[in-house]
Amino acid sequence: MTRITVTVNGAREETAVEAHESLLTTLRERLGLPGSKNACEQGECGSCSVLLDDVLVCACLVLAASVDGREVRTVESLADGSALDPVQRAFVETGAVQCGFCTPGLVVATHALLRENPEPSLAEIREALSGNLCRCTGYGQIVEAVQRAAKTMYLHGLDDE
Amino acid sequence: MTRILKSIEEFEGEVSESLVIVDGHDLPPARHDGGSPEIGRSRRRIDATQRVTGRARYTQDLYLAGMLHARILRSPHARARVRRIDTKRAEALPGVRGVLHRFNTPKTPFRGDDVIFREEVRFVGEEVCAVAADDEDTAREALALIEVDYERLPHVVDLEEALGDVAPQLESDGNVSESGSHKRGDTKRALKEADVAVDVTYRTSTQLHNALETHGAVALYDGEMLTVWESTQHVFGVRTGLKNALKLPYSRIRVICDYMGGGFGAKNGVGKYTIVASLFAMRFGKAVRCVLTRDEENLAAGNRSATLQQLRLGAKGGRITAIEHTSWSNSGQGKWIANPTGPTNTLYEVANVNTRSYKVVTNAGSLSAFRAPGYVEGAFALESAIDELAEAAGVDPLTLRRRHAGAGKDPITGNRYSDKHLLECYRIGAKEIGWDRRRAGGTRGSAPHRRRGIGMASQIWGGGGGPPAYATVHVDPDGSVVLTAGTQDIGTGTRTVLAQICADELGVELDDVRVQIGDSAGPFGPMSAGSMTLASVGPAVRLAAHDAREQLLGAAAGVLETPKAELRLEAGAIVSKGARTPLGEVLGKVDNNTVIGKGIRFPNADDLAQKTFSAQFAEVEVDVRTGEIFVERIVAALDVGRIVNPLTAASQVEGGVIQGIGFALSEERIVDRALGRVMSGNLEGYKVPTVKDVPTIVVKFVDRPDRRANNLGAKGLGEPPIIPTAAAIANAVANATGARVRHSPLTRARVLEALALAGIRD
Ligand code: FES
Ligand code: FES
Repeated sequence: MTRITVTVNGAREETAVEAHESLLTTLRERLGLPGSKNACEQGECGSCSVLLDDVLVCACLVLAASVDGREVRTVESLADGSALDPVQRAFVETGAVQCGFCTPGLVVATHALLRENPEPSLAEIREALSGNLCRCTGYGQIVEAVQRAAKTMYLHGLDDE
Repeated sequence: MTRILKSIEEFEGEVSESLVIVDGHDLPPARHDGGSPEIGRSRRRIDATQRVTGRARYTQDLYLAGMLHARILRSPHARARVRRIDTKRAEALPGVRGVLHRFNTPKTPFRGDDVIFREEVRFVGEEVCAVAADDEDTAREALALIEVDYERLPHVVDLEEALGDVAPQLESDGNVSESGSHKRGDTKRALKEADVAVDVTYRTSTQLHNALETHGAVALYDGEMLTVWESTQHVFGVRTGLKNALKLPYSRIRVICDYMGGGFGAKNGVGKYTIVASLFAMRFGKAVRCVLTRDEENLAAGNRSATLQQLRLGAKGGRITAIEHTSWSNSGQGKWIANPTGPTNTLYEVANVNTRSYKVVTNAGSLSAFRAPGYVEGAFALESAIDELAEAAGVDPLTLRRRHAGAGKDPITGNRYSDKHLLECYRIGAKEIGWDRRRAGGTRGSAPHRRRGIGMASQIWGGGGGPPAYATVHVDPDGSVVLTAGTQDIGTGTRTVLAQICADELGVELDDVRVQIGDSAGPFGPMSAGSMTLASVGPAVRLAAHDAREQLLGAAAGVLETPKAELRLEAGAIVSKGARTPLGEVLGKVDNNTVIGKGIRFPNADDLAQKTFSAQFAEVEVDVRTGEIFVERIVAALDVGRIVNPLTAASQVEGGVIQGIGFALSEERIVDRALGRVMSGNLEGYKVPTVKDVPTIVVKFVDRPDRRANNLGAKGLGEPPIIPTAAAIANAVANATGARVRHSPLTRARVLEALALAGIRD
């Protein structure tokens, strides 16, 4: 076991992890954050997407021991109580959620995209989300959700100035 | 008065009769005048917030105090006898609590076998042992320490190989058995007298469900009650499975499925992992978690059977006069098959039909229901063949279908359809895709090496649902409402549409209704499968809400000292002569009283056939150099009765179309014949469509209530949208290129082969 200190959703966490343990396992089983889902443990589905030092990663492919001293943000950090953030709101409003198993990963991936590229084209949205599998929806409403979130965040950004 | 009535239900193509206990009377059909505050309105999912925030707890998210982790050792051989199992080294590993296997596990009847660990394992991935340990890692490590002595036996995994003479015979009566047939008229004569005939063979590959949440269960036993959380499409089915396996009475088993990550038919009942978790839980008095990995999922959690299908069709005077259809399905070790000849038997009015379907056992993972099982495979073959016949007869394929799609009666039972608008689907879809732009031989694509084409296909399926299904509506003293119903939300939006129906009938706001489902401690309801949830449970919910409303109005009449006939309940308030009193205020006068409305699903008429119909139109481009197919647009026009929530309905249709595109173009289980191993067991090797593979999808509903079906006028729509997609695409490809691909998925290799055969490339 290795001891690590990691900032998760703004809080400092200290925990012991196995040498071969994935960040996904640590989040779900040790830190009580099962919002990130496990659907393949292989980097193929994107259900476990989290931000590691603001970079989008598949938590199932990251060794927990390697995140010592770093910062992780998961889907659990996005809403403020009952107030959803613009990406989550857009997913709810457009009907982009069916079973919802892929949704946390998609929401996090959308955040990563919009931070890099606040006004993505359709092709850029498709490219950015092509690593997030959804088996229920037809993806159309997911794309719509990203477009809607981009719009609100853009307008919101203008308000702030 | 309580009495027994007869009902006719259809489940996944099979029609059966049942008896139902009923009391009171059903409601007349719900109004459909656009004035309904909830039904027919697009509403966001009432549970979407829980899902987007990561707060929704799925089975795999339950980590209970002191929970043990179970893992399963699976056969590496396609067929072998388990002679000896040595678990000493595994059990010596610190943290290992116990091992189950065929020599120490009590009889636990499971799907026709009386044990879960068989002496002869019959596919790669079959369960051999299970380990319970303090954590997942230890359990996994322990599996590697178990020594199993296998005696390998000859195997066969491939459908066509299993049909041949040299294959090992897996059952005493061989590998092949008849599973269904239908005959009307005289196809031999009709074929002889036909002007044109086609004689064609189609194949479909095995499709894997790959719901994003894998199968899994968490079991907890407290000495009295066995509580099981399971990712399932039927909490009551799991309960029955556990009752049979463990010999516990229903009253001591509770099955819960709060949130679940998709099933598509693979989660219709108890699994061996459920029984394993339960056995360990009962042995150790602790919670036990057994959740499958993606690879396990694709070995041993079901699939859509591969098929081989032969069709002979004849036409005379521009009409179809005969269809012969023989089909073989690879059931793996499954005890049944889904019938691919279903659409052939019922979709078109054709005088001479002769069909037969066979189950073929092999040493591959067993089938399970997969979204319109049988019909997806069968429709690919039938609807491709109809186009081939139309081409041979020189008739437009849509025109040919129109001539046979108007029948008002089910050709097998002779019962009238409760409602049918297939011709309307054709009209809507043809207009939307621009069918008049279709040219025989296709048109030029967006580049010289690309051809463009349009194709279509149609569909028939059940979806009428039926009893038994129950609901209750509790109205609390503050005027808030709890709807409890026997069902579960597998991702389709069941919670939301049931809340809409309840709010609508009761006269409260949608936000005031909390929905409690997915719990076998509540009233019984059907599995969320066979496109039957809404049509089964919805009418019971309406009746329960109606009953509650009558009681509330009666109570309000007493409290307000006004005749009941002068009161209405609207948007959560009692309305009397223009004055509105919030329900909570009225009930405050009788505090802590609870109003309980009850509703049941009344029987289906026994002289009607309740069906769903639709047509899909596809526009594609094909790169004739590479064989790549670009699906540009799919139009789906559906007749599924009344639409309760257009938003959730459309997203279900789109999702079905995408799975249909996967079946048509990329999804295929590959099994190594020599070893019987699945070579596409993960999401890298098995290609589920991504957001980049998605065309424009246009969804159109006829949206007419089926008043004879049930008091809501709604039918199911989970399965209809996946049925015609692959054939519509294959027909569009044939239109574009002149090449007919008769094997789904239409991979580039198969397209290139068909292009070469058609002389379009060498
Ligand atoms: S679970 Fe990490 S990518 Fe699938
Ligand atoms: S909503 Fe079910 S996997 Fe995306």
